[in-house]
Parts: sequence; structure tokens; C-alpha cells
Amino acid sequence: MSDINTIIKPENIIYKKTDVLTDNVMHYCPGCSHGTVHKLIAEVIEEMGIQETTIGIAPVGCSVLAYNYLEIDWQEAAHGRAPALATAVKRLMPEKYVFSYQGDGDLAAIGTAETIHACNRGENIVMVFINNGIYGMTGGQMAPTTLPGMPASTCPAGRDVSHDGAPIKISELLAQLPGTCYVTRQSVHTAANVRKTKKALRKAFENQAANKGTSLVEVVSTCSSGWKMTPTKANEWMEENMFPYYPLGDMKNE
Amino acid sequence: MAKAKGAIVVDEVKCKGCGVCVTACPTKVIELAAEVNGKGYHYAYMAHPDNCIGCANCGIVCPDTCITVYRAKAGATA
Amino acid sequence: MRELKLMKGNEAIAEAAIRAGVDGYFGYPITPQSEVMETLMAEKPWETTGMVVLQAESEIASINMVYGGAGCGKRVMTSSSSPGVSLMQEGLTYLAGAELPCVVVNVVRGGPGLGTIQPAQSDYFQSVKGGGHGDYKLITLAPASVQEMADFVETAFDLAFKYRNPVMILSDGVIGQMMEKVELKEFKPRWTSEYIEENHPWATTGKKKDRGRNIITSVQLESSVQEAFNHKLQNKYQQVEASEVLFEEVLCEDAEYLIIAYGSSARICQKSVELAREKGIKVGMLRPITLYPFPVEQLQKYAKQVKGMLSVEMSAGQMVEDVKLAVNGAVPVEHFGRFGGAVHSPGEVVEALEQKLIGG
Repeated sequence: MSDINTIIKPENIIYKKTDVLTDNVMHYCPGCSHGTVHKLIAEVIEEMGIQETTIGIAPVGCSVLAYNYLEIDWQEAAHGRAPALATAVKRLMPEKYVFSYQGDGDLAAIGTAETIHACNRGENIVMVFINNGIYGMTGGQMAPTTLPGMPASTCPAGRDVSHDGAPIKISELLAQLPGTCYVTRQSVHTAANVRKTKKALRKAFENQAANKGTSLVEVVSTCSSGWKMTPTKANEWMEENMFPYYPLGDMKNE
Repeated sequence: MAKAKGAIVVDEVKCKGCGVCVTACPTKVIELAAEVNGKGYHYAYMAHPDNCIGCANCGIVCPDTCITVYRAKAGATA
Repeated sequence: MRELKLMKGNEAIAEAAIRAGVDGYFGYPITPQSEVMETLMAEKPWETTGMVVLQAESEIASINMVYGGAGCGKRVMTSSSSPGVSLMQEGLTYLAGAELPCVVVNVVRGGPGLGTIQPAQSDYFQSVKGGGHGDYKLITLAPASVQEMADFVETAFDLAFKYRNPVMILSDGVIGQMMEKVELKEFKPRWTSEYIEENHPWATTGKKKDRGRNIITSVQLESSVQEAFNHKLQNKYQQVEASEVLFEEVLCEDAEYLIIAYGSSARICQKSVELAREKGIKVGMLRPITLYPFPVEQLQKYAKQVKGMLSVEMSAGQMVEDVKLAVNGAVPVEHFGRFGGAVHSPGEVVEALEQKLIGG
């Protein structure tokens, strides 16, 4: 064991919590993808040195309290309206970095109009989109992105496409709009995927620095409580069921 | 016996025992403890420290950022 | 030198906003107020003062853009008409809950529903009682001339920032569309970012090392915290009620009857007062300029002097309830008004006064 004590020294640290994350314990359930994505945004902000110039827009949903976890200025929006807030913040303070952080219900159901029009105007912002196919905060109801046949508390027998319509592939839709410069779909269930998502977020913030328009980073995520699985089982289920419908990769990169 | 090149420190109070790090570790260093922390979670710990190669995969996937990863510089001896 | 111009009420709002150094306007077209944004777009203030003007995809987006801008400590506003302002109620309650200053202009038209594009005053309740969910109030100013449309933009922003609360300019289709001579104020520079950081330290301007995070939010999970916050809001409203009441009195000194009217109805009633006095009826008029806070004390004073009060509004009777609450049964209070886009004549008001209060 003496080996370990010689390794655990400050000069040997290769991975630790960024100071852009607060010390607050996250309210998310064990294994929740929100925590990982929060961390990646914080790391990108630290690495780009933009902590003093970044304003986050939090949504309604599980991440309504996202502002407790990143050591930056935040505004908390009404449900679905984050892109409208981000639009004004960026236009009134074009020298700042602005990102919105939204779940699937927020971005792709109640806030669809705000999402599409912010992207269509090419607002020079970063939009982070957590797609876990369920409403987590309100207790596991059907989301616009719930998979066909996937059970939720408001479709206990599984989503019936003939009744509820098919899950919406909003990122594919947004990639069609001339205002978006970068639309990508990533995940954070393995270390390799986390690294890719971080690169995507970094690119999105760099696009903003270069005034290129709207960057959308979708992260296909798990909700182990909503899906009623262990976190590791949820990751497996996501690979088997979510990825075929929501394939990972860049939809647009200009 | 493999020489330990890396080590991790888990914030056992913050850890929620999700087990994502257990799956992410390529050398099976981490396990969930039999006992629980103050929140009632079976927290992660280094069950097989000698196997750690300091790849940081566990820290990277940890949603609660409660793993600090250390790696000895090349040539460093115990 | 005085700068005089013949303008529509809606145009005056736009011109005054540019001159007051407003930072942003976000809106969506709706009759009868579309000239506000049309004027701004024609004037291109982004080339002169740097003011941002954006046509949003909806009133919902407009008010939430206002929220975003207000959160940055900027002076931002929107304008709309009744159906559009109904859509903004969600945003307004969030603005009030997050204690954000902003100005919203409602050029009221007849309702309910899509209603009519003709003028009305039937959004009184929505404006002065909160409008959205939760315990909150909007400070509400009621202009009665194109000059006041222009002047109240700055007054509204001053109040909004003094109390960190949304302020409503409650106009109507008459004032919005009619043309009058306006004396325009000098151009004032927009606030610098240094000024905002110093004077509005709550604003999300980017977290500097020497301060904590600024968080604009209206969510409180703990009911005890929410209750304490709501007490804070109520204290603020009490302060508003104690300090910010504005009204105008017309021939009230010897009045035996009092007409209470605001906005374009007050313009009509000014003539009614003349007509009544020609007939030997001693009538005065109290015009609330702030509808919230309401001139309660002034009405209580006149309750000891007059034989009756007539609330004259282009609605089925909304402000009349506040008049009754103010005088608390001390004198008879009646309502008269045409509504649904119809506008009463001065003569109709005198007739109503005679029938309802004097007895015929």
C-alpha cells in the first residue's frame, strides 16, 4: 500500500474537479447524465478561461437548479423559454458567452417554437440538449422523445405511435435550418464518449467566439429513476434502444 | 504483481454509488463498498489498487465528480 | 430648443424609448399597436444608440426575451395588445417573481377572445391585480394623451428599476392610434456596462472574481423561504402604495359628484364634466394616473365631500370595484361605460350620472 501513498501527491493529480463546479452536492439521482454534462461544460469554461464572461440559462425540469452547480452567473427560465432568454442576453451583451441548458420536454415540447426560431435566426449561442426520453422531475411522464413502446407514467403500456405520434428527432430538424452551424448528438456513458462530448461542447463555445451562429449539442442521456433501472443497466439500455433511434454523431458541422 | 502506476481518491461522502466508474475501469480496480455512506449509498472504493493504471476513466465518467485521479510520473518509484 | 412633433401614441412610445436610452425592444405585431415596432424598425436605433430591436416569434418569446435582457440589468421593453398581453402573463409573473425591472405597453382592444381591434379598457383587472399566477402586482400607468405615452416610458423605467418590478403602461386603441402634438425629450445615452455593474449588482453580467454568482430565478423549493420572499414582495408593494400614487383632479373643489376615469375615458369625461356643469350639476373628475397603486386616500377624502361617484370605463365594470373598496360604502358608487370596442360619448356619461346617481 505504500505505493499508493507515494502516488497520491498533488503533483501527480491528472484528474480532479474543476473550480468552475461549485462544491454543492448535486440533487440528481445516482448515475444521472446531468452531472456529467454539467462537469463537461464547467471544464470547457475553465479551459477556455471564460468563467467571468459566461452566462448560463437554466430550464424547467430536473436541471432547473443547474445554477447551483456552476460557478457562473445564471438565469432560470420559464419552461421552454430558455432560447428566448439566451437570445436577448447574447444580443444585449454580444461580448459574453451564452448557453442554454434544456431537457427534452423543455426544448422539444413546450419550447419548440422558441428552440426553432432561435436556431433559425442563427442566434450566436450554445444550446445544450439533454435527451433522456422522459420527464424526470415530474415523475417519469412521456416526453416528446420517448421511444415507441417505451413505458412512462402517462403511457404505462408504452408509447403508442398511433395515439401519441412518433418521437421527435428535433436535432435532425434543427440541422435543416440555415441558422445552425453545428448540430451534434453525443452521449456520456463511457469515458470515450465523455471525451467526445467535451470536444463537441468546446467546439460549440468556439463557434460562438467565432460568431458562427447556433451550436446545438444533444446528449442522449439516461434517467435511471424514470426508466426504473440501475444506472449501469440504464446505460446498456440506452445503447441498445436509444442509439438506433437517435444515432450519435455530427448532423451538421460548418 | 503489477506495479501500481495510478491511484484514485473517492469522495466517499459525495459518492452516490451509481457504479458507472466500476464499469468504466479497464483494470477492475473499483468496487462498491459493502457498507454505506451517510446518504445510504454503497460508495465506490479502490478494491484492487495495484491494478490502477491512472487512466482517469472513472473520474471522467463520474456524474458527481467525486473521484480524483493520480498517476506517477514515468520513472518514479515507490 | 423644444422639439415638437405630430405623432401617433404608438409612435411616441417608440420615439421616447430611443431617446430615453432604452437598451432593447422585443415584440410581436398585433393591432392596434404595431406602429411601435414599425417605428423602431424604421428609425434603426441600433445604428445610433445601439438599441436592440427584434421581432420575436410570439408574445411568449417577446416577454421572455425581456426577462433575459432585464436579468442583465438592461432597460428592456415590449408592447402588445390584449390577446398578446394574455400570452405574456406567464413571463410577467416570472419577471415579478425574479424581481426584474421591465416595461410592458398594452394598447388595449376589446375582448374577450380575439375580440375586436377597437379600443377598450377591459384589461384593467389583468393589469392591476397581477394577471398571472401567484401573489404579485404590476405597477400600472395609464396615459391619457400622446404626450403621456412618450413621457411615461421614462417614468415607467424609473419605477421599474426603483422597485425591481415590471411596470405596465396601460393604454388603449384610442391613445395608441390618435395623433397629437408631442414635445420630445433630449436623447439620453444608454447605460454603460460599468454603470450597470455598479448600480445593479444583481444583474447577470458575468461572475467577477470579487463577487458571488448572480442568479436570476423565481424558484423556491422551501415553502418557508417562498413565504419570506412573498412577504418581501408585499412589503415592496406597500412601499409602492405609500409613495407612488399619481392622479389628476379636474374641478373637484366644489364637486357634489365625482367621476373617476382613466386613459381615453378620462378625456371623454373631461367634456362630460363641462356639459354637466352647464346643466348646473357640480361634477368633478378624478383621473388615476397610476391604476396600481390606486389613489385610495384621495377617493376616501372625496367620499366625505360628494354625494356619489361614477366610475366611467370602457369595460363592463372593473375599476369600479377598486373605487368601491376605497370608499367602503361611504357613498354610492356606480359604473358606466360602453365596451367591446364601443366608446361612450360625453353626453352618455352625463345621462348615466343623472340616472344612476342623481335620480331622474
